[in-house]
Amino acid sequence: MAKAKITFEDIEQTVNVPAGTRVIEVSEKVGAGIIYGCREGDCGTCMMHVTEGWNNLTEPSVLEEKVLKENMAGRHDRLACQAQIIGDCKVKPA
Amino acid sequence: MNSLIDVSAHRDAVEIADGVYWVGALDPTLRTFDIILSTANGTTYNAFLVKGSEGVAVIDTVKEEFADEFFARLESQVEYSEIKVIVLNHLEPDHTGALPELMRRAPQARLYISRRATSMLKALLKAGEDLKYTTVATGDHVELGDRRLSFLHTPFLHWPDTQCTYLEQEGILFSGDIFGCHYCDKRLFNDLVGDFRFSFDYYYAHIMRPFKEHVLNALKLIEPLKLTQVAPTHGPILRERPRRYVTHYRELSSPALGHGIGDQEKTLIVFYISAYGNTARMAEAVNEGASGVAGVRVSLYDLQGGEVEPFVNLIEEADALLFGSPTINGDAVKPVWDLLSSLAVVNLQGKLGGAFGSYGWSGEAIRLVEDRMRGLKMNIPHPGIRVKLIPTEEELDECRSFGQRIAENLVGLGGEKAVLDFADL
Repeated sequence: MAKAKITFEDIEQTVNVPAGTRVIEVSEKVGAGIIYGCREGDCGTCMMHVTEGWNNLTEPSVLEEKVLKENMAGRHDRLACQAQIIGDCKVKPA
Repeated sequence: MNSLIDVSAHRDAVEIADGVYWVGALDPTLRTFDIILSTANGTTYNAFLVKGSEGVAVIDTVKEEFADEFFARLESQVEYSEIKVIVLNHLEPDHTGALPELMRRAPQARLYISRRATSMLKALLKAGEDLKYTTVATGDHVELGDRRLSFLHTPFLHWPDTQCTYLEQEGILFSGDIFGCHYCDKRLFNDLVGDFRFSFDYYYAHIMRPFKEHVLNALKLIEPLKLTQVAPTHGPILRERPRRYVTHYRELSSPALGHGIGDQEKTLIVFYISAYGNTARMAEAVNEGASGVAGVRVSLYDLQGGEVEPFVNLIEEADALLFGSPTINGDAVKPVWDLLSSLAVVNLQGKLGGAFGSYGWSGEAIRLVEDRMRGLKMNIPHPGIRVKLIPTEEELDECRSFGQRIAENLVGLGGEKAVLDFADL
């Protein structure tokens, strides 16, 4: 299975994950600082900033785009409960 | 005159300042709020009305079953057609229960909510894209002719959507749940009601405490304001020395250990419980190892010798927590779970954690405790230490090294962290 590396910059922790893993699954296990609300892409609480490897996360869905817009997301902000890791990337809480 | 206030005796609006009215409802028979809070004399749902020369604003509403009382008080002062603005400081149902009906009666009114409240508003009203509302943040305001309501972005107090609204000319802060409490008194104002300090502190401890950092951010916006009254959505309106409550919030949100622990010093607590003294010996070794690291103040506590609540207070301000538990019938023991299940009222995110313990047959406690700590958003930098029955001298050395490594991580001496594998988490 393809592997990818995600780094949580706030706790300086890198994790090897199978490609396709959602950020939420990893960040909660390592205790990174991203906060979660509904966990289903609706509330916008888990917004994170992607500092490197923006293209190594799955494309945001129409619904995620909508929630990001409603929450005044910046250019490289994503919802950690939605984004799936497909290549190396670095993230931190937005 | 004020001493005669009894808002339970009528359904009129109560003037709290010139042209500003309380239009809320009393719920004196409520004994438990939201499953978790005891309410010895019930609660109030406070909503307010502000009359300006060019329109009226309604700030928050009430729980749905109290809508009749809310509308009666509203109607005692204004026609629905005069309502130009509806402000929602917080969208929880106890403040928005009467909103759908209010919008039906005053369809011309514009809704003002915080940016984060959008999805909640749509879910609440089951509305689509045609719903009209304005999202606001700090610096935004709405004019009512001769009066102006300005907004303060105060998120996570206690939901992501929360905000405050400030009536500038009069210095009245409509604070939402901040500075609120579940205390029902028909005399309504803090200088007339009974002694509600216990309720104020209890509310803070259960609702605001997990969000202390956000409280401090909100206070930066609130403290510079001229304040003649603070009008929260629950409990007494704070018109007598309102700043006292703001100061109290700052005290409650500031680290209690601030005076005892230096800025550069970190705190690590080792909790343990032991059936035959084996986990206790491991705890002492962990304590010894951690204590050798400069800049870390380590404390060791036997869970059997303390109550949960003081331990929760200690945990809130500690930087790292280690738990020692034996395994009995495949599980950690109850006093450990009692403490670990009492931590929802404090923020543990990012604290370091670890577990250790002696076992007879299987030793599951360590992994279970680690999982719980991860669930509490703690960071577990090193896998825990399990020892079968009596620890050998080598195993005690391992415990010392475990304590030392966690303490070193706390002060940034741990070196670069190893890359973890998802399968091991």
